[in-house]
Amino acid sequence: MTPIILICAAASLILGGVGGVIARRPAGRMIVYGGSLAIAVVALLAALAQLALGIAPDPLVVLPIGLPHPGASGLGMRFGMDDLAAAFLIIANIGGAAASLFALGYTRHEAEPWRVLPVYPVFLAAMNLVVIAADAYGFLLCWEVMSLASWALVMAHHTEAATRRAGVVYLLMASAGTLALLLCFGLLAGNAGNYAFTAMRAVPRARWMGSAVMMLALLGAGSKAGLVPLHVWLPRAHPAAPSHVSALMSGVMTKVAVYAFIRIAFDLAGPPAWWWGLVVLLAGGMTAVLGVLYALMEDDIKTILAYSTIENIGLIFAGLGLALAFKADGMMAAAALALTAALFHALNHMLFKSTLFFGAGAIQHATGTRDLAQLGGLINRMRVSAVPMLIAALAIAALPPLNGFASEWLLLQAILLSPALPQFGLKLAVPAIGALVALSAAFAAACFVRFYGIAYLGRARGDAAAAAHETDRWSLSAMILLAALCVAAGLLPGFAIDLLAPVTHALLGARVSTQAGLSWLTIVPVALRQNAYDPLLIALFIAISAIMGAFVLRRFGARATRRAPAWGCGYQEFGPPARTLITQYSPSGFAQPIRRVFAGVVLRARDEATLPLPGEAHPARLTLRWSDPAWSLLYAPLIGAIGWLAGQTNRLQFLTIRRYLAFVFMALVALLGWIALWG
Amino acid sequence: MGLIARLVLQLAQMALMLALAPLLAGFVRVLKARLQRRSGPPLLQIYRDLAKLIGKDAIIATDASWIFSTAPYLVFAITWVSASLVPSFATDLLFSWSGDLIVIVALLGTARVCQMLAALDIGTAFGGLGASREAMFASLAEPAMLMIVFTLALVAGSSQLSAIATFMHEGTQGLRLSLALGLVALVIVALAETGRFPVDNPATHLELTMVHEAMVLEYSGRHLALIELAHALKLILYLSLIVCIFAPVAIAAPGTGPAALALGLFAYLVKLAAGGVLLALFETAIAKMRVFRVPNFIGAALMLGLLGTLLLFVSASL
Repeated sequence: MTPIILICAAASLILGGVGGVIARRPAGRMIVYGGSLAIAVVALLAALAQLALGIAPDPLVVLPIGLPHPGASGLGMRFGMDDLAAAFLIIANIGGAAASLFALGYTRHEAEPWRVLPVYPVFLAAMNLVVIAADAYGFLLCWEVMSLASWALVMAHHTEAATRRAGVVYLLMASAGTLALLLCFGLLAGNAGNYAFTAMRAVPRARWMGSAVMMLALLGAGSKAGLVPLHVWLPRAHPAAPSHVSALMSGVMTKVAVYAFIRIAFDLAGPPAWWWGLVVLLAGGMTAVLGVLYALMEDDIKTILAYSTIENIGLIFAGLGLALAFKADGMMAAAALALTAALFHALNHMLFKSTLFFGAGAIQHATGTRDLAQLGGLINRMRVSAVPMLIAALAIAALPPLNGFASEWLLLQAILLSPALPQFGLKLAVPAIGALVALSAAFAAACFVRFYGIAYLGRARGDAAAAAHETDRWSLSAMILLAALCVAAGLLPGFAIDLLAPVTHALLGARVSTQAGLSWLTIVPVALRQNAYDPLLIALFIAISAIMGAFVLRRFGARATRRAPAWGCGYQEFGPPARTLITQYSPSGFAQPIRRVFAGVVLRARDEATLPLPGEAHPARLTLRWSDPAWSLLYAPLIGAIGWLAGQTNRLQFLTIRRYLAFVFMALVALLGWIALWG
Repeated sequence: MGLIARLVLQLAQMALMLALAPLLAGFVRVLKARLQRRSGPPLLQIYRDLAKLIGKDAIIATDASWIFSTAPYLVFAITWVSASLVPSFATDLLFSWSGDLIVIVALLGTARVCQMLAALDIGTAFGGLGASREAMFASLAEPAMLMIVFTLALVAGSSQLSAIATFMHEGTQGLRLSLALGLVALVIVALAETGRFPVDNPATHLELTMVHEAMVLEYSGRHLALIELAHALKLILYLSLIVCIFAPVAIAAPGTGPAALALGLFAYLVKLAAGGVLLALFETAIAKMRVFRVPNFIGAALMLGLLGTLLLFVSASL
């Protein structure tokens, strides 16, 4: 199957070239996105076939480009799709196919399509190639192409100042992340300098070196995935891109980063030390809660979604940390459960987050604004797209019987297995992480009730929202497709668990027991404890009860329904339109209780109200402030230190010629001395 | 026992929950009135209210969408299904394995989210007010509940409610500190989740204090009947949850005969009545808290739950 993926990636790259040529023609859009859709579907089927049919992974394909290998003749870049790669290719290509389908309609009104069209297929190809790369050179090359392509896509709307600033921050963080990965692979290759993954697995390495590799992988992959405190670029860059690209960046590119971490920490770095799990768990738990707390403070719909991506990445990393901890202590079955939960959540997050970004794009297109405070009542004007958005919002809020809950339930089941871990640090940390996971789930519910309730429900808060229109068929079909997958994965999680079983088997030598044969399609991940969950049966029961309730009420009750204005303390009926609208809750008003209770300490959120004195005519003003502790504690001092250092170094520019000569002389003496001592 | 008999038992459990829920709510209301030296409404008043509401036209706010009129059915169905997953008079009913305690907690979360969305759908200040306060309470109550689930699951070795009840019924665990902490936390969460004193006042219509009532202010007719019924179901759910975990006395084991089932049913009714009396006493003795004092109250439950779980992670015998 590996050649198929390579051919698909090559086709994508060619499509990028074609896109560059025909970008200014009207048909260019259809060719590029239609072609990307077809390529993604083929790659998806190939990856799905390998995992679902249990086809053994092909031997590596060596392309005659790249670095010369030591010990063999000629140049070579190795590619191979093992089961882990296949799982992430499924995620990447469902996301890619849906984004291309959405883009067929959505980009109709793109002002400058030539800034997106040539780069978009390259971005897709690079994400596919990162996942199947089997040596460090190919991996890092494709990783950088992926970063640069996504940067170019972010800069598509470069005329806005905020976008340009996002681009700079993104570029800096991406280079820092790649530097960490470069060092990480350098350590993995060891003295022999063999960059093939197969060789890296075989190299015996010291304990500290394995730990350094893991920490560097956490930095490198974590900065791409958006782990706190390396997340600062993400909520700027993801919303700045066009919506189908935002969906790809949030839904797929962060998963490629998760893949990189799994590949290095579980596959290449060798046997883990117990504290690796602790570090990853703490990073994940903190990221989950802070990510969604940021999201609750934001009013921009796409920024909310980007922050919520950070939360979900935190949940995935919590699962990975748990799996590492179990693996270090030899509890492979439990590790398989935690890893399955993380992988399943990665798939689920791609599904609902892409849907939400598509919907946000539709809103932005229909109303011309991304400000939640200007929206409202869109469900009456965007009747069809409101339904997949509702499903995705409920799924991301981890509510049963949808898919977000299924993967979180697996994660919680894995946490319940952790008292058997011997280390005291883990014993204390894991229940706290469990509490953080639950806290983030509750916050996510609040966040998406706020998102959906303010944007789609109630009355329009601005003229643009009142005049909104439904989006086009292509976009709708992409949203409905992904929402349907959310429902399917939520009702039948057993199939997803079975699909992922070969991956955990390859990495850990253990797997979650087969779920497909269980009666009523229930899932029982840990046979010993018999904790079962049957979403299909529960959904069926809820449907039957609701229909029965409706039937009984129709049969025995009054059927009439009347419409009447709601009670708004008199404002609703008599006030001028501008005043009736302000009686509705605003997004910041909705978040105020949570802001006051939770964000006051963590984010230093402050509400400042300036009330007019008696007799003054101007209205009262409310100012909200909050700051990201990552900026104030980490980045601001760092930027300050670099600025100071640059200021100090700057003095060297304004010296006299005698001093420069003195410097040259001293440098010469120092070098000679060094050679004399060590040479 | 044959499949038919087990199915009948399961359906009997569902019907029992639905039939008893208004009675329990009415019982607490009467007791509270007597404790306050009022005569109070008749015991069966809630049934009459429901019948009256069902017979009336439903009035829907002009700006409301289909969410508003669908939500009551969903809230009712979800609460009813999760209530029927809690063992009342017998353990191991036919469908009791279709969800563990985590699922029940999350299902109630789904019902809550439906309610909050419906509240925002009308587009008035009250809906937003109720929903935003509910979101704040939930963001503390849900983690607290999950910590309690962890405590129970670690003691009993399963998060399946029937397994927990059976384990507690056998009584091998003895007196455990973590379970005591869990009980206190569970009572606090139950008070918060069912909208009782000191978190919410089920009888108020004052803007400053109402939470649940603010969310359902615009409901009328059959929709309101469903919401009221779901609210009553939630009370019986939490009370059943507490008694099936901490007082599983005489609960019928799977495969027992009619005598054991009858004993279990009788014991269940007695336990519900006792729980109702305690609730009425507690509600009479305590005043409602300010909205921003409530986080401290529910936060205490979260801390107790976390402490209980931590104790178990450190030593399985605490």
